[in-house]
Amino acid sequence: MVADYAAAILSAGSTTLLVAVLSLLVATFLGLTAAFAKLSASSGLRAVAGIYTFVVRGIPDLVIMLLVFYSLPALLNQWIEMLGWDFRVEFSPTVAGIATLGVIFGAYMTETFKTALQNIPRGQIEAAVAYGLTRRRMFIHIILPQLVRLALPGFTNNWLVLAKGTALVSLIGLQDVMFRAKGAAEATAMPFTFYLIAAGFYLAVTLVSMSLLCLVARRFDVGTRKVLS
Amino acid sequence: MNWDVIVENLPLYLEGAKLTLILAFASLGISFFLAIPLAFLRNSENAAFRYTVMAYTLVFRGTPLLVQLFLIYFGLAQFGLVRESVLWPWLSSPMVCVIAAFVLNTTAYSTEIFAGGLRHIPVGEIEAARAYGMSGLVQARRILIPAMLTRSLPLYGNEMIMMLHATSLASTVTLLEVTGVARNITLNYYIQFEPYVTAAAIYLVLTFALVSAFQLVQRRWAGYLESRIG
Repeated sequence: MVADYAAAILSAGSTTLLVAVLSLLVATFLGLTAAFAKLSASSGLRAVAGIYTFVVRGIPDLVIMLLVFYSLPALLNQWIEMLGWDFRVEFSPTVAGIATLGVIFGAYMTETFKTALQNIPRGQIEAAVAYGLTRRRMFIHIILPQLVRLALPGFTNNWLVLAKGTALVSLIGLQDVMFRAKGAAEATAMPFTFYLIAAGFYLAVTLVSMSLLCLVARRFDVGTRKVLS
Repeated sequence: MNWDVIVENLPLYLEGAKLTLILAFASLGISFFLAIPLAFLRNSENAAFRYTVMAYTLVFRGTPLLVQLFLIYFGLAQFGLVRESVLWPWLSSPMVCVIAAFVLNTTAYSTEIFAGGLRHIPVGEIEAARAYGMSGLVQARRILIPAMLTRSLPLYGNEMIMMLHATSLASTVTLLEVTGVARNITLNYYIQFEPYVTAAAIYLVLTFALVSAFQLVQRRWAGYLESRIG
């Protein structure tokens, strides 16, 4: 019986990982956009990005999740009612979970990418401009490779926090590892066993990610090592 | 909009904010005194100490706080031995479990932060202390601990904010801190928007106050590092 429940918990691992990876994509996109906004010449863009990171990093993840899952649809429905339309908005836990984690970690990614962008030597960009590279080619060939290397430690860290942060989506009803563990705990009166299995899953994700990202870091550090030796 | 419900329930939010702050500062206060010796053990020459502390920080930083909290609050009841022990009235109280989980979690992060600070103390400072003939304990008290703490300040400030935000998880085990109060109001009045927005605003204010206070502390205690960092 324990084995059946354990299998059910671990098979939800794919849900947890899917939510984590999709949130990471959203967060990376938001983080890059907001980092460029923070460094842009337009004070309007800088202000918007500043408010975004300040607000998101000032509120607990759980509260942001509750805001997105309960408060946002409630507000939209009030507006729809006022307009006299005849339908109701409701978010699925999956969409709300991914959106929330994406928005939250986007704010952390913003800081990571901003620092990395600031640390790219100015001469590199000046040289690219002097060569007459278009903005797109400059981004792909000059900025991006260095951005990856400089942002990787922070990015790794954000991913590790994000992978653990997905446990919160169980609280809005998404059937992830934590949700199944809770179900098994309540059905069998063996809560310790099943929460421990869930803990083991998250620990394994952390350990595997750490060793994989270590390899990636080595790959992107190739350039610097040559300079040093 | 139902903001009058919020105004009516402001005293509840105030109580909630009080509990939020109590949870955060009780956990941080206890963990502060645990993390300092652990940071020394984390850098100890004795491999057994070093690896034990490392395993502890790895496990508690590698799993979600929510799982740790549920393991302690729901999990411990699985064992008859625990249920029959004299400690059970304590261990079945959500308040004790929440603080235990928070302390175990934030101690793991603080230990790594302090241990990092300890590794970054210039060797010269330690050599100077030794040259003055300070004993190990005097060295630790006068030189190592102050230098370690001031160097850890920026990261420790982040950890304090993380802890403040983590207290929102206490609402999942029935405690009525800010998030718990907001959840209760949504259930009692069938409104979904205003209660959580109010909770979010309270957290923003608390975070802002904490960050500002921390900047003052940093200028006062770690100001001497500024020229070297910048």
